[in-house]
Amino acid sequence: MIGLTAGFADPVQDAQRCFRSVLDAMSRPGRIATVAGVAPPAPLCVASAAVLLTLIDHETTFWLDPAAGAANAWIAFHCGAPSADMPRDAAFAFSLGLADLTRFNAGNHEGPETSATIVVQLPSLTGGAPLRLSGPGLKDSATIAPLGLPADFPAIWRRNRGLFPAGIDLILCAGNTLAALPRTVQVEEA
Amino acid sequence: MYVTVKGGEKAIDAAHAWLAEERRGDRSVPELSIDQIAEQLGRSVDRVMGEGSCYDRGLAALAIKQSQGDLIEAAFLLRAYRTTLPRFAHSLPVNTSAMRAERRISAIFKDLPGGQILGPTYDYTHRLLDFALAAGGPVPQVPVAEPDGAVLPRVPDILGREGLLEPDVSSDAVPGDLTREPLMFPAGRDVRLQALARGDEGFLLALGYSTQRGYGGSHPFAGEIRMGEVAVEIEPAELGFAIDIGDIVVTECQMVNQFKGSKTVPAQFTRGYGLVFGFSERKAMAMALVDRAMRAAELGEELTAPAQNVEFVLYHSDNIEATGFTEHLKLPHYVDFQSELQNVRRMREAAE
Amino acid sequence: MTEGYNFAYLDEQTKRMIRRALLKAVAIPGHQVPFGSREMPLPYGWGTGGIQVTASILGTNDVLKVIDQGADDTTNAVSIRRFFARTADVATTTHTADATVIQTRHRIPEKTLRDNQIIVYQVPQPEPLYRLESSRVETRRMHGLADYGLMHVKLYEDVARFGQISISYDYPVLVNQRYLMSPSPIPAFDNPKMDRMPALQLFGAGREKRIYAIPPWTAVRSLDFDDHPFRAINASEPCGLCGATDSYLDEVVIDDRGGRLFVCSDTDHCAERRAAGHIGKDGFAEAAE
Repeated sequence: MIGLTAGFADPVQDAQRCFRSVLDAMSRPGRIATVAGVAPPAPLCVASAAVLLTLIDHETTFWLDPAAGAANAWIAFHCGAPSADMPRDAAFAFSLGLADLTRFNAGNHEGPETSATIVVQLPSLTGGAPLRLSGPGLKDSATIAPLGLPADFPAIWRRNRGLFPAGIDLILCAGNTLAALPRTVQVEEA
Repeated sequence: MYVTVKGGEKAIDAAHAWLAEERRGDRSVPELSIDQIAEQLGRSVDRVMGEGSCYDRGLAALAIKQSQGDLIEAAFLLRAYRTTLPRFAHSLPVNTSAMRAERRISAIFKDLPGGQILGPTYDYTHRLLDFALAAGGPVPQVPVAEPDGAVLPRVPDILGREGLLEPDVSSDAVPGDLTREPLMFPAGRDVRLQALARGDEGFLLALGYSTQRGYGGSHPFAGEIRMGEVAVEIEPAELGFAIDIGDIVVTECQMVNQFKGSKTVPAQFTRGYGLVFGFSERKAMAMALVDRAMRAAELGEELTAPAQNVEFVLYHSDNIEATGFTEHLKLPHYVDFQSELQNVRRMREAAE
Repeated sequence: MTEGYNFAYLDEQTKRMIRRALLKAVAIPGHQVPFGSREMPLPYGWGTGGIQVTASILGTNDVLKVIDQGADDTTNAVSIRRFFARTADVATTTHTADATVIQTRHRIPEKTLRDNQIIVYQVPQPEPLYRLESSRVETRRMHGLADYGLMHVKLYEDVARFGQISISYDYPVLVNQRYLMSPSPIPAFDNPKMDRMPALQLFGAGREKRIYAIPPWTAVRSLDFDDHPFRAINASEPCGLCGATDSYLDEVVIDDRGGRLFVCSDTDHCAERRAAGHIGKDGFAEAAE
């Protein structure tokens, strides 16, 4: 594949490090981790590319935001994930900015783990409107101020949280940083 | 003064050394070669390949040697090895109609196109210990005939043409794979058959037998049993056509079962299917009986027997899982036992 | 490292599958996530779930501790620690405080775990309802509906018959006020340690093909009744070697005349205390390691 940038320089160790960052982020909502090890294709940032390399493969159906279509060949080559025709068919998804969560599979009460995980790429994980987070993973509460989420995000998230134990999980990526919002986290305007 | 026990590591090393010594046995007796096992303990090799889910006679023979002939241990060795292998491709369904059969019998027709072929069977041997074998005498000459090239139509197809047997519905759906995805319910027949093919021969034999004794009776007839070589083909996406990657020996059993019909389905015969690596006729037959029993719900039959309980059968047929969990009782449980001990003491105090 | 095998034994495809399951498990605290458990070179029932989880998270910077019954030198713990030393060339330790990943069977260390540690439990039977309802199709439905009446009835019957809840290990817990969960066969003594633990808790059941998790600081409640509150059981005397009164004790038979000695089940905890100069009635002064 001519013209594609490489994947992880060290596929085994880089994927392990990235996974631990994602696991740490999912376990402690709002905690910001940094990742490295990949030269991403436009328009993906380092963190988005690393997360996709780490988590998706030919066993995961994947939906790519059409606005990020330029990265399609790179993802197909390095991950081999079959593309989902519709968002609701995807186990993993990538969107530039927050996608409409209601279009994705939230799983059901007997199989809540079948819900989609969406990698949401934002301009920055700091500098936006501060959000106060609480719930499992947090001793008290945490604050995160991602830039580029819609103003009514707390209300959108409340609806997602209301589906529990079903629900969508988000991995927020910006530059070489990432944070996660599991379905359990409560989000309020700080 | 009490000193805590240490030295688990040394004990393990010593146990392994002892095991190797015992495995070799008396050094004045020649050591078994892998070839000898593969050639002369073929039925053991077949069983290990089947329950180990890996078709490789040499590796299965090695596993049998390594496990001192403990076939469940050998199947476990083979399974643990196979999980580390990359998957390059998935085979197309093997075509058993095109089998180069070494054995083909039907219990439901006296004669049929292609004829009855007994093949290398123990069926009509008298079970008398052969002391000549102990002496290592010469093997009698086998009469050899030229292959007649006769086509061997599958007996169920013969019945099917008359509409007396339920049709075999072909499907292009990708079959499930229990070695990649966990068992979930309701489990499709593809997954059920995979579990049975990997399942413990003894367990399936007992379950199949139970259906014959009235626990979910399904009135079986051995429609056809055939054993022989089939070609394995893959179709790489970049080629777009199938290529033959080798031959394997399989045993196939088609049980034909009486069925009185239901409100929606006319009276006809139904199928139970068994397909196993190697020459494993007992296993293939038991598999076919249990497969049919597990179709009870689909055919609107009353569920009364263990063999019809899909969840029960599938969760308990795997001898690698069963042996591990049964034998794990050997591991230290003294923390749990201590808590039970304190609990029983407390309850006795409370009762006094 | 063992030639011919990938880092930490599992192939990358398998690790990705397990990693995806782990993330979902963390996102749904206490829910059993089915996963494509692989055959491991150790038997099912001997820690294959814990091993697959550990293999999927372990990196070159980790320091691994493996315990069985609280002890680092029990044969199965030794065997598993060796497996990772061989396949991942990972540093190992017996000191709870020095470990980044702790794989355990049947105990939680006495020392409070930290935010930057992960504890991986080996789980023989992930379904907390299995003694009450053997069909996993049924229990899955019950979890979906949070219908745990069966368990409450069982506990109530215990109280009615014995005057107390008779479960002494694998004592069921409710995670984040939603999922009934098996804590694995740890003594009930350890249950309170799970509640709002700063460390991430991961659970692997290889034979039963389930993974589940408790994120840090998550509420974990041992089921009980207001008039019969949860009560942990332990021997009622101090450790004979280090004199500890707050650790879980093993009972050692020292003669055939009824002689008993109670010692810490957590061998690292006991050794550390003895090295710090604590001596129990059957102990003796030891030089610090």
